Amino acid sequence: METTNLNKSIKQKSEKYKFKPKKGLIGWIFILISVILICLFYFYPMLQALLLSFQSGAGVNLQFVGLENYTRLFSDPTFLAALFNTVIFFLIQVPFMIILALMFSVMLNNKKLKFKGLFRTAIFLPAVTSLVAYSVIFKYLFSNNGIINTILMNLSIISEPILWMSDPFWAKIVIILAITWRWVGYNMIFYLSALQNVDESIYEAARMDGASAFQQFFKITIPMLKPIILFTSITSTIGTLQLFDEPMNITGGGPGNATLTISQYIYDLSFEYTPDFGYASAVSFAIVVMIVFFSIIQFKLAGDKK
Amino acid sequence: MNKLKQISVYGILIVSSIISIFPFFFMIVSATNKSVDVSSGKLLPGTNLFTNIKNLLATVEIGQALLNSAIIAVTTTVLALLVASLAGYGFEIYRSRAKDIVFNILLLSMMIPFAALMVPLFRMFGTISEIAPVIGIDTLASVVIPTITTAFLIFFFRQNTKMFPKELLEAGRMDGVSELGLFFRIYIPTMKTTYAAAAIITFMSSWNNYLWPLVVLQSPKNQTIPLLISSLGSSYSPDYGVIMLAIVIATLPTALIFFFLQKYFVAGMMGSIK
Repeated sequence: METTNLNKSIKQKSEKYKFKPKKGLIGWIFILISVILICLFYFYPMLQALLLSFQSGAGVNLQFVGLENYTRLFSDPTFLAALFNTVIFFLIQVPFMIILALMFSVMLNNKKLKFKGLFRTAIFLPAVTSLVAYSVIFKYLFSNNGIINTILMNLSIISEPILWMSDPFWAKIVIILAITWRWVGYNMIFYLSALQNVDESIYEAARMDGASAFQQFFKITIPMLKPIILFTSITSTIGTLQLFDEPMNITGGGPGNATLTISQYIYDLSFEYTPDFGYASAVSFAIVVMIVFFSIIQFKLAGDKK
Repeated sequence: MNKLKQISVYGILIVSSIISIFPFFFMIVSATNKSVDVSSGKLLPGTNLFTNIKNLLATVEIGQALLNSAIIAVTTTVLALLVASLAGYGFEIYRSRAKDIVFNILLLSMMIPFAALMVPLFRMFGTISEIAPVIGIDTLASVVIPTITTAFLIFFFRQNTKMFPKELLEAGRMDGVSELGLFFRIYIPTMKTTYAAAAIITFMSSWNNYLWPLVVLQSPKNQTIPLLISSLGSSYSPDYGVIMLAIVIATLPTALIFFFLQKYFVAGMMGSIK
């Protein structure tokens, strides 16, 4: 009520007064709490982590060791395995998921398609699950004598069970499939809403010129969606490089260290093994460097295509 | 040829929809079955639901875990919305070059992986424990406090404030409303959709948060739902029916939010890219 009344009085007043940002201290008061909290819980701990990464020792007995933690990284087989796994997950899962999500969004954007809402809801539904909950479900679905093996054998796709959980290769596949299942629909929604803003007449003109569906996809759809593809690929990159919940709950990092991720290794170093906070902090800077590195690369790739 | 293409599109969509829904189906059906039936691959509803409920209540404190998760998620959401909307509003309405620089610095925090913050935060709360144990390690407050402010949510509110009709504020000023009053009495009531969308994003991520509670919570009475599911899932002699029932219960709140508030849910996703 109050706002509608205000609305009326504004219409009369706004003609006379143009809105100008007010100067002075008041604006800073609005942002003060956020600035303090972000400094306290992001920038200050980050600085602490940097200082810790130059120290080493068990628990609270830390000593300054210079760059020793960083040189140790390169000869630590567990770290190298975790780095390799994380990069593999990122390099395979992110493009795989984005291509699938693009494919679904183009299919569902077709005006003549029936049951559109039903398909969209079904494919999006995994995005409402908690990461831990769906991970536990996937752990059972893909256990060596689990339902996925039973179904694949009944369909005669495989003749003997795949050892999803005890084979290093298949364990990685399970993690990739799980993350893809969880996030494809989520990303699809972004593309779908972007596609709805693309003018249909562009496609009509392309068809008149004899462009195939493939050409339309690569010459029109992809360039039109470029900003949103960049946005989703960067958020997916940051997410995948920090992967923790899924390997922790599906495979526990195993078999061996075949699905161990960097985040999991940091957790193990800090809270599972004899705590070595200094070395754990050095490991965490590996993720920071990768996030910055891959984000810059993606920005560059997107920029160059223009 | 066109017919073939149409069939393959429907084929792909039907198969993909089945794959998307199958784990839900498996989870719900398994919650009504005995553990043996689940592991032997039974895909039909059984009659063991009430036994599973009884066993679940007997083995874990799921009521307590639901309560803990609810307290954490609701507190985080209320505080996060207030703090982030104040900032988003401040950055946009009282825009200045200096504030834009501060804003960009805050955005950098989105690039910081939580794994890098986990150890220093744990040590920080260790120190807090000595001074004020009520908000120290192993308290629900310690889960809430570091997750209240995210640069993402500030960004989200700022983006949405760009579309806020600023004449409303000028009119309020004419009527002698204080600057803080403008925010509480004009901005908040006008931006209900934005708040609803932000509430859904924050509630979901808080409800599902796993790593930080895993680090900072220790005693069973403080367990949250993801911690409970995770420990059930890694038990040595798992009762599959009971675990699946627990997962159904854990998924219910977020699934209900999705079905009843779908409009705001999608608005929340899109609000970040306007």
